[in-house]
Amino acid sequence: MKTLITARGITKQFGTTRALDGVDLDINAGEVHVLLGENGAGKSTLVKVLAGIHSHDEGTIEGKASLAVIHQELALVPELSVAENLFLNRLPKKFGFVDRAEMRRRAPKLLERVGLNVDPNAKVKDLGIAQQQMIEIARALDKNAGVLILDEPTAVLTDTETDRLLEIMAQLRENGVGLVFITHHLDEIQRIADRITVLRDGRSVGVLGPKATTQHMIELMVGRPIEEQYPRARKRPGQPLLRISNFTRRGVFRDINIEVRAGEVVGVAGLVGAGRTEVARAAFGVDDYDYGTVEVDGKPLPRNNVQAAIKAGLGLVPEDRKGQGLVLTASVGQNLELATLANRDSKRLTDIAGKLRIKGRVDQPVKELSGGNQQKVVIGKWLLADPKVLILDEPTRGVDVGAKVEIYELINRMTAQGRAVLLVSSDLPEVIGMSDRVVVMAHGRVAGELPKGATQDQVMALAVQEISA
Amino acid sequence: MTTINSSRRTPQKMMAENGALAGLLVLAVAIAIMQPAFLSAQNLLNVGVQAAVIAIMAFGMTFVVVAGGIDLSVGSIAALAAMVGALTAGPVGLVVGALCGLVNGALISYGKLPPFIATLAMLSVARGLTLVFSGGQPHETDALVTFLGSNLAPSLPLPLLLMLAFFGVTGLILTRTNLGRRMYAIGGNEEAAKLSGIDVRKQKLWIYALSGLFAAAAGLVLAGRLGSAGPQAAVGYELDAIAAVVIGGASLSGGVGRATGTLVGALVLAVLRNGLNLLQVPPFWQQVVIGAVIALAALLDSLRRR
Repeated sequence: MKTLITARGITKQFGTTRALDGVDLDINAGEVHVLLGENGAGKSTLVKVLAGIHSHDEGTIEGKASLAVIHQELALVPELSVAENLFLNRLPKKFGFVDRAEMRRRAPKLLERVGLNVDPNAKVKDLGIAQQQMIEIARALDKNAGVLILDEPTAVLTDTETDRLLEIMAQLRENGVGLVFITHHLDEIQRIADRITVLRDGRSVGVLGPKATTQHMIELMVGRPIEEQYPRARKRPGQPLLRISNFTRRGVFRDINIEVRAGEVVGVAGLVGAGRTEVARAAFGVDDYDYGTVEVDGKPLPRNNVQAAIKAGLGLVPEDRKGQGLVLTASVGQNLELATLANRDSKRLTDIAGKLRIKGRVDQPVKELSGGNQQKVVIGKWLLADPKVLILDEPTRGVDVGAKVEIYELINRMTAQGRAVLLVSSDLPEVIGMSDRVVVMAHGRVAGELPKGATQDQVMALAVQEISA
Repeated sequence: MTTINSSRRTPQKMMAENGALAGLLVLAVAIAIMQPAFLSAQNLLNVGVQAAVIAIMAFGMTFVVVAGGIDLSVGSIAALAAMVGALTAGPVGLVVGALCGLVNGALISYGKLPPFIATLAMLSVARGLTLVFSGGQPHETDALVTFLGSNLAPSLPLPLLLMLAFFGVTGLILTRTNLGRRMYAIGGNEEAAKLSGIDVRKQKLWIYALSGLFAAAAGLVLAGRLGSAGPQAAVGYELDAIAAVVIGGASLSGGVGRATGTLVGALVLAVLRNGLNLLQVPPFWQQVVIGAVIALAALLDSLRRR
């Protein structure tokens, strides 16, 4: 097997923190090499060192293969066409002007390589996120990249889209491309990995083969054994705290009925685009709706009024942590106090930060925290507001295993105190493992409800079903 | 930075945090070496008085910038407030200024206009109204407004004290009030602020009203110093106010900015003007130097942040 890139003893220091500490990594042709580790373990830093974005302080990198990185934040120009994005920076020219005909001729061939069937003249902003990612991959392939690094590409993809991506990766592997794959989804690793390098605190703590068990991966990553991945402590539910009835917004969701009782976690599963987030936002008063009612603890909420929803005891942890949950320019404490400005008290902030085990000082800028700790800040903001019902929209997206379990334990603590939780999640094992009931949405409707202990197949069967309107 | 900040701020840390303060000191030392007269008590007081109008205006601008907006109308509002104050009574000018700010806020919050456009429109409207009311003539200010520009005692100019008072109020609003905390939240991430239950539209109304009020106060101080309100008073002051805020380390993308920074920013501009005068630099060249210093300050700040 040909080794394309050999990195030895890579060390990188940022100020006083050692982000990488003597990491070794081989990238071989025709191999999928998974980088596994919690947020802050040094995966992204390693990728940036390999790509030449950061310089390394110590160690050597050898190999001449050209390298392309697909970052989680896509580097496409939304207002330009698919073809223009594919050839950005090296547009075919004729007489000094862009040769559109040539571009249109070459684009479909490239798109075909990644199995993408879109109009090359379509604007990129009109495509879904998965399609956009494929365009980036196609662009990297056109540059004849020998090594392709994918940094958490599946975090924003649905299961079918992920399947498609894994197929393409397998195909690239056949063609001798060296792939580096970063993901938090252990099942994906088991499906595609040839080799797994586990990073923890900037060190490589082990290299595993393709047959590694989930348990083994988690233990290496976290550095301690984790008893249970979904530690749900169920109890007998009390009176209804959240009742969404006949909830309708034309063209988005219809006739949604969901009830969550005290001490209960109700999961909302479904494909991306099924209308789950839209229901959550409308119930919280962010967006308007056409019919229906939302009641918190028996009291109906006025529409389109976030303040009233909060006052009634509702909270929402939005799906986009950085875009909607946090003020990144502000400190941990400033973010924690955001929903409860009226009773500001620095001792309570320190208390809650400690209780949530947020790794970071209260006066530290929140953007310096890892994804998991940032998410704990968003949840902490709501715990300070003392809500009766908390809606969690994709609370563990992009969060590492250790922090995930901590968030699950927070959910348990909330329900133990008699609060209710509505858990919107695309992570099937999570939504099944943590919920007492799972409501499955499809095409803006409730496709069905499953009791605890439902299987992934049952959920998927409901999620993909066609509902006649 | 905040009320929950537990670590003490040492002078060294303050200097590192605020490049503008270091710049101000370097500037003052350089001018003092070239022209020792700069350091005379009388001249330093002069610098303070010269800084006062821009500083008060810039404090109001700080609220807007921290909340992620911009207010181009403050120069015109200052002139309008001074003119209305001269024609009726000083306090009426303040009310008019705050009302202009409220209109800005309403256009931005409820009309969903970009702040740049809404306040650009107000820049023109307020200046036009000033000209209409004045009939093109300057008008003498009444005793109250004239008092604002006078000296309380031989070496105690009231504009300087007013600047310090507004500085204190601005610091209090920014760090110790809900409105202030919300400004940082809105400027840092408006969507997150909204989802945290902050009534962003209402807050913006107040933020622009405050800016209008501060601009009106600055206008009255200016008129008081001159003894009259002119139709072309404070033309272009909005740019100085924005420059002061930016030199002070605030970010035009919102969420960052402090009262101390803005005070230092206004002082940098005043020291620079005063120094260039003392060094007898021709006025045309002064503009070139001031522009260069603004660019330099912003550059240093952006380098420091990297």
